Amino acid sequence: MLGKLSLSAIPFDVPILVGTFLGVVVIGLAVLGAVTYFGKWGYLWREWLTTVDHKRLAVMYIILAIVMLFRGFADAIMMRTQLALAYAGNPGYLPPHHYDQVFSAHGTIMIFFMAMAFMTGLLNLVVPLQIGARDVAFPFLNSLSFYMTLVGALLINISLFIGEFAQCGWLVYPPLSEMQFSPGVGVDYYIWAVQISGVGTLLTGVNFFTTIVKMRAPGMGWMQMPVFTWTAFCTTVLIMASFPVLTVTLALLSLDRYLGMHFFTNDAGGNVMLYLSMIWTWGHPEVYILVIPAFGVFSEVTSTFSRKPLFGYNTMVYATCSIMVLSFVVWVHHFFTMGAGANVNTFFGIMTMVIAVPTGVKIFNWLFTMYKGRVEFTAPMYWTIGFMITFSIGGMTGVMMAMPAADWILHNSLFLIAHFHNVIIGGVYFGYIAGMGFWFPKAFGFKLNEAWGKRAFWCWFVGFYLAFVPLYVLGLEGMTRRMNHYDNPDWRPWLLIAEAGAIVIALGIVCQLTQLYVSIRDRNLPENLDLTGDPWGGRTLEWSISSPPPAYNFAVIPDIHGLDTFHTEKQLGRRAHNKPLAPIHMPKNTAAGAIIGAFSFILGFGAVWYIWWMAGLGLIGIAVTMIMRSANRDVDYYVPVSEIEHNEEVYSRRIAAAQAAE
Amino acid sequence: MAQAHTTHDGSHGSYQSYIIGFVLAVVLTVASFAAVMTHALAPGMALAALGVLAVVQIVVHLVFFLHLNTSNEQSWNLMCFIFAAASVIIIVGGTLFIMHDTAINMMSR
Repeated sequence: MLGKLSLSAIPFDVPILVGTFLGVVVIGLAVLGAVTYFGKWGYLWREWLTTVDHKRLAVMYIILAIVMLFRGFADAIMMRTQLALAYAGNPGYLPPHHYDQVFSAHGTIMIFFMAMAFMTGLLNLVVPLQIGARDVAFPFLNSLSFYMTLVGALLINISLFIGEFAQCGWLVYPPLSEMQFSPGVGVDYYIWAVQISGVGTLLTGVNFFTTIVKMRAPGMGWMQMPVFTWTAFCTTVLIMASFPVLTVTLALLSLDRYLGMHFFTNDAGGNVMLYLSMIWTWGHPEVYILVIPAFGVFSEVTSTFSRKPLFGYNTMVYATCSIMVLSFVVWVHHFFTMGAGANVNTFFGIMTMVIAVPTGVKIFNWLFTMYKGRVEFTAPMYWTIGFMITFSIGGMTGVMMAMPAADWILHNSLFLIAHFHNVIIGGVYFGYIAGMGFWFPKAFGFKLNEAWGKRAFWCWFVGFYLAFVPLYVLGLEGMTRRMNHYDNPDWRPWLLIAEAGAIVIALGIVCQLTQLYVSIRDRNLPENLDLTGDPWGGRTLEWSISSPPPAYNFAVIPDIHGLDTFHTEKQLGRRAHNKPLAPIHMPKNTAAGAIIGAFSFILGFGAVWYIWWMAGLGLIGIAVTMIMRSANRDVDYYVPVSEIEHNEEVYSRRIAAAQAAE
Repeated sequence: MAQAHTTHDGSHGSYQSYIIGFVLAVVLTVASFAAVMTHALAPGMALAALGVLAVVQIVVHLVFFLHLNTSNEQSWNLMCFIFAAASVIIIVGGTLFIMHDTAINMMSR
């Protein structure tokens, strides 16, 4: 009846987990209680949980990403603390069984549920606004994608309290992840969480690709698209081309585990090495899926705060596209040591070095954008400059490891760990936080606090170097990744410095939370309110409408005459449109996404624990909901002209108030 | 979404083109069966012939039944198809290249 699930699956004997569980319960009850106390359930359900509005989905994605950041960071600081303690006679406080789950969960959560969710959130918030669209191409699919991501995140976090998580790294390499060596449910949690959220990501890719191709405002040709939209476009292409590979790879692994097949087993003709090749065929494009939109953020931030058009728009576009294509021909550099011959390793080594060229072009473009610009040092600009320094260092260590000969020394050492954190924190994370600060006023109508934003930056920046430069040294001294105990006295000081770095990063996160708190508290102060919808003197279309924008975004779809039309028109003083208003066709909110999400959770949980009636119930529920949703013809409505006029009038009054205040 | 509703005016092909496509598809299918069932070709050659016939079959379906061509309204479909085909070639070809080289190098085959 309950498959593998029994009371013994709940880890009562691990005090850390019991404590965490109690903490989660207390916080969860506090949140639920607060919602009930203020009577907000109806509001939450109607306005947020069933929404198909891309701006609200964006906010929910980013909240999910921030919650997952806490979880992933908690894992990180636990690992650093373990290594600060576990020297010589001291075993530390995490037994290997637990430590291995921690590092596997850290990687999985940070990539799939922090970075991917944050990236999708930024795409949701910005892309339709930048291209002058009223929503995405498939608003219901957008809501469904969010719930798929959420369900994946829930499954992976439930593994903390019911059962266990995978102990074989964030990409669950076989044969370790096969039934023979991982008989528990950890790998199954991994597979179902990643597969379900993968469906969401793939749908997001299709959705935004179609949106960008089909729904640009009239006159916006390809080379008039804002750079962030270009990067979003390249990311969606990468998603569509690479995520199916991940789905297939994990499906084959599930066949091995669930049906006793032999794709990746040691015996019976299985080939472990094929798994490595396939998972990285997805895995390398994946890191570009994450970092390319961050490049887009930096482009927007740099040109806005340098008060100049982006230097080399064309080269930026071409560089992004070449990175997109090249990211498909470098995947072997993740396993140079696997045993391929010199031909394979040389080819992929050279391609890896080549991909540094367009990336370098971008760095120079940003530098020349700042050159002789009137740079305004806001918090997003701090993150951008921090990125340029940090990412360049990370890129250079990357090119070092692109040499197969060097990689044979550095493979799976802490040097590698330092390298990819260098590019992922310094590139992806700094970029997303810059983007969050930059577009926050657009989403909520008030700015984030600058002072706390800069404090957060300095903590992250300094903390990053303290935490990861020691790992470069340790890697060169021969320390491998995923160790939970060591005897070498030379390593200890460096690991203590790294622990200090992790604590400084923790302070950075505290500063970010404080920043959110202070900004919300002071939101009505005149210097924080964004009345005009254009708080930074922006260049692209999203700044031409009120903050937060109405559900339909644009009362009148703007005509585009070139790159940065909005900025040009501001300079020429032609902002008002004179087109007549017409009723706007909009999609209705729907609970179908949330319901399909709930059934997917039932499916995933049932399949992890071999509770087949439950998995079947989930599958049938998904199919029935999908059919009912498809048969429902009442999915849209028209916003009447009177309502649009009213919103426009309120907006004009806010602009007038802002002008009067100046 | 009002602006997403584009008119559907993709080509639907003519009676003649469907007949040509159908005849070609039948010929290719019969040729595939013949290549195996008549034992006229050595097993290795038959396998290669099947591969070639299958690829030609794909092209026939795309051109005559899915109306993929170089006309303006099909340019997006064509471009997406070429990109997808290129990705598949990179992924499949690359994987074969890597796995073959590894197998030789590690003497596992």
